[in-house]
Amino acid sequence: MRKPEFVYVTYIETTAETLWHALTDRDFIQKYWMDCILTSDWKVGSRMTMERYGELKNECVILESDPPRRMSYSWHSVFDAEMKTEKPSRVTYVLEPQGNIVKLTVTHENFADDSKTLPSISFGWPMVLSNLKSILETGHPLPLEAPVIAATEQAHARG
Amino acid sequence: MDTRHFTPQTVYTIYIASTPEKVWQALTTAEFSRQYFSGFAVEIELEIGGAFVLRTPDGEEHISGEVLACDPPHKLSVTWNVNWPGMVEALGQTVVTYEIVQMGDAVRLTMTEAHERPLPDDILSGGRLGWPAILSSLKSVVETGKPLVIKLEPPTQMLAALKAMGVTLPG
Repeated sequence: MRKPEFVYVTYIETTAETLWHALTDRDFIQKYWMDCILTSDWKVGSRMTMERYGELKNECVILESDPPRRMSYSWHSVFDAEMKTEKPSRVTYVLEPQGNIVKLTVTHENFADDSKTLPSISFGWPMVLSNLKSILETGHPLPLEAPVIAATEQAHARG
Repeated sequence: MDTRHFTPQTVYTIYIASTPEKVWQALTTAEFSRQYFSGFAVEIELEIGGAFVLRTPDGEEHISGEVLACDPPHKLSVTWNVNWPGMVEALGQTVVTYEIVQMGDAVRLTMTEAHERPLPDDILSGGRLGWPAILSSLKSVVETGKPLVIKLEPPTQMLAALKAMGVTLPG
């Protein structure tokens, strides 16, 4: 049986440095991360918080940082009582440049078999990373309206 | 063909700033597919039972199948069998389904690769290597008019696993 994990690969026309900035700059992140605000100094051992509309969603700790190649952080979803009881999972970004494009691999792992966080993040990552790719390649985010995103996310969380 | 017992084993979702009609066109015409699918041409008769072929730039039928579901511009499902000797005998049939859902003024495209028999990760690694590159490039073509030039490493893990199962590899 497969490990309970989520792996997403996307290819973006950009440089590793620009992509690293897009992954770690608070203002830039807010443009593509569905109104989430990620706050951290991105140094190993530092805390990173993810908030939306003033509500703390996920608490994270930076575990690895090797700009502009690799970043890893723990992820603990605290907005849902059941998810809050789960042990933290782990997110890793790997950036591999080839010519004028960068291959970005996001691995989100260390979930229990019955994790409720795994289906939630499996829904969110493709939207966040598709939006990131659009902004870097076209300068514009996807025309997904916030209410559509919120409604779909809630429907998905309810299963 | 009854595919209810098929198991989805690889799923890839991508959001595209476009309309369902334009994404449908990108998935079903050679003019588009040659740009994002390593030069391969999609040839498809858009009706249930219609023929589906994915043709290499040299004109060979690399993948062939038949249309199982066709609901433009929402859902397309085809059998997706690689024409290497012994391939279907070793792996069973593969079905690829595209689902297109409008979200705001964008589109969510979901590709699901389902298999008649549960297959090991070694075999599935080929598709898991290819789909993100193909669909990332499709998104770029639709949004910017320009495909991505992606150099994919050969699917060595899949090829070794196929060889071990007695499939004759080309070349």
